[in-house]
Amino acid sequence: MTELTDTSPQIDSNDGIAVLERRGSVAETYGIPLAVLLELTHRCPLQCPYCSNPLELDRAGQELTTAEWKKVLSELAEIGVLQVHFSGGEPTARKDIVELVQHANDVGLYTNLITSAVLLTRERLKELADAGLCHVQISFQGNEPGVADRVGGYKGGHAKKLEVARWTRELDLPLTVNAVMHRQNLHQLPDIIQMAVDLDADRLEVANVQYYGWALKNRASLMPTYEQLEQTDRLVEEARERLKGTLTIDYVVPDYYALRPKKCMGGWGRQFFNISPSGKVLPCHAAESIAGLDFMSVRSNNSIAWIWQNSEAFNRYRGTGWMKEPCKSCEFREIDFGGCRCQAFALTGDAGNTDPACTLSPLHESIFKQAERDAASGQDRFLYRNFAGGTPESNDA
Amino acid sequence: MAPRHIQVTETSRVVLPRHTKLKYDETRQVWVILAPERVLAPDEIAVEVLKLCDGARSVAGIIDELAAKYAAPRDVIATDVVAMLQDLADKGFLTEVRETTS
Repeated sequence: MTELTDTSPQIDSNDGIAVLERRGSVAETYGIPLAVLLELTHRCPLQCPYCSNPLELDRAGQELTTAEWKKVLSELAEIGVLQVHFSGGEPTARKDIVELVQHANDVGLYTNLITSAVLLTRERLKELADAGLCHVQISFQGNEPGVADRVGGYKGGHAKKLEVARWTRELDLPLTVNAVMHRQNLHQLPDIIQMAVDLDADRLEVANVQYYGWALKNRASLMPTYEQLEQTDRLVEEARERLKGTLTIDYVVPDYYALRPKKCMGGWGRQFFNISPSGKVLPCHAAESIAGLDFMSVRSNNSIAWIWQNSEAFNRYRGTGWMKEPCKSCEFREIDFGGCRCQAFALTGDAGNTDPACTLSPLHESIFKQAERDAASGQDRFLYRNFAGGTPESNDA
Repeated sequence: MAPRHIQVTETSRVVLPRHTKLKYDETRQVWVILAPERVLAPDEIAVEVLKLCDGARSVAGIIDELAAKYAAPRDVIATDVVAMLQDLADKGFLTEVRETTS
C-alpha cells in the first residue's frame, strides 16, 4: 500500500527534495509512522475473493463510533502522524465519512480515500473534496465488466468505478488506480495500464495478490503461472519507461515465486500501523491471522503512542532480537526483517520462522512447487468474501 | 482542472496544487511536502522558494527577491530555481496559474 517511511529525513543534496527516510539502525527509538491506515468498517458491497480483511470480520455494531474515530484522528495528528488512509471494507459505507474527512482536515492530517467507488455519487464526492479530501484511490478488478464484475461479485461495479474515476479528475483530485492482479485477470494488464492513462490517473498500483486470509482460501483460483509472472515483469518495465512523467506505476510481485522475501510493512512495528473497525491497533492489516497475539484497542486505557511503543504485540517481532536461524545470522536481516510474519505463520505455523518466500527457508522449494500446482489446478471458481464466512461461486455463473 | 506537466519558465506563476501541502512538522522539526501516499522533505532553500510560490509572483519575481536577499548573481539563482521547480513539476507537485479572461 504505502511506501512512506519514517523519522529522520535524508536530504539528497543534488535534489533538494527527498522522501523522508529512516536513518540508521532499527535499535533506534521507533518513531511514530508518517502515515496510518484506518479501516473504518469491514462492510463492503464487493465480495472480492482476495480481500485483505481478516476471515473474522468486525460487525457493524463493533465499529468505533463517529466520536471515537474523531478522537483517534485528533490523537494521531497530535503524536506526529501526517497522513491517514481511510479504507475498509468500503469506507464510504460509513454515513459519517464526510464528517471524518472534515475532522482529519481540521486537525491537519492529509487524507487519502481508498475506495471501491460503487457507493459514491457525484454529490458525495464533491462533499468529500470540499471537506478537504486530498487523494482518491479506486480499486479495479479488470478492464471490462465481464471479468471485473465477476471478480468483485457485484454487477455494474466496473461501469460505476469508471464514472467515479472521471468525477474524481473533474473535481481536480489526484487519482490512483489500484489493480489487484491474479491468474484470471493478468491477461488484461496492458488494457488496465491504458485504462489508467485514459482516466488521467497519477498513479497505478499493479498489486499481485498476497496470500493470506481470503486470498489463501482462494489460492488455487488466483495463483498466476510462472510464465504469466515473467510476462508481467516485462510489461510493467516497458510501461514504466514509456509512461515516465505521465503515470507512476507501483508494482507488487507475487512472492511465492520470489527468491528473496519482501520487507513486509517495512519491518514489523517499524513504520506502519493500522486501526481496525473495532479499534484494534495492528502492525499490519493481516496481523490478526496470527494466533496467540493480543492486540490492544484504542478503547483501552492506553494511548495510541503507548500501544505502538510498548504493547507486547508490537514488540514481539520488532527489530531482529526475535529471530531464529537462518534469519539470525543472515546478512539481509535488517534489509528484509525475515519477510512477512503473517505468511510465515500461515505456511509454517510459527510466525517466528523465516518467511518461506526466502530461498533460505527449508520450505522455499515446496511453496514454489505449491504455486505451480495451484496455477495448473484448473480450479477457477471463487469463494466470495462476506460476513457469512464466504459463499462459493456457482458453477454456472 | 489545474494544468499538469507544465514547463517552468521565468514568466510562469507557479503554485502548489491543492492536494500538495507544504507544512512544518512540529514533531520532527522539519518542513515537509505532503502529497498522495508520499511525504517529501524539502531542504531549506527549497522551502524558501516554495513559500514564495503563491501563484501571484512570477518565477522571475521569485528569482529577483532571492538574488537581492542573498546578494547573489541573478543568473546562478535563476538556473537553480528553475531546475528545482521543474523537477517538482515533473513529479506532479507544482502547477501554474493561467490567465483567465474575465
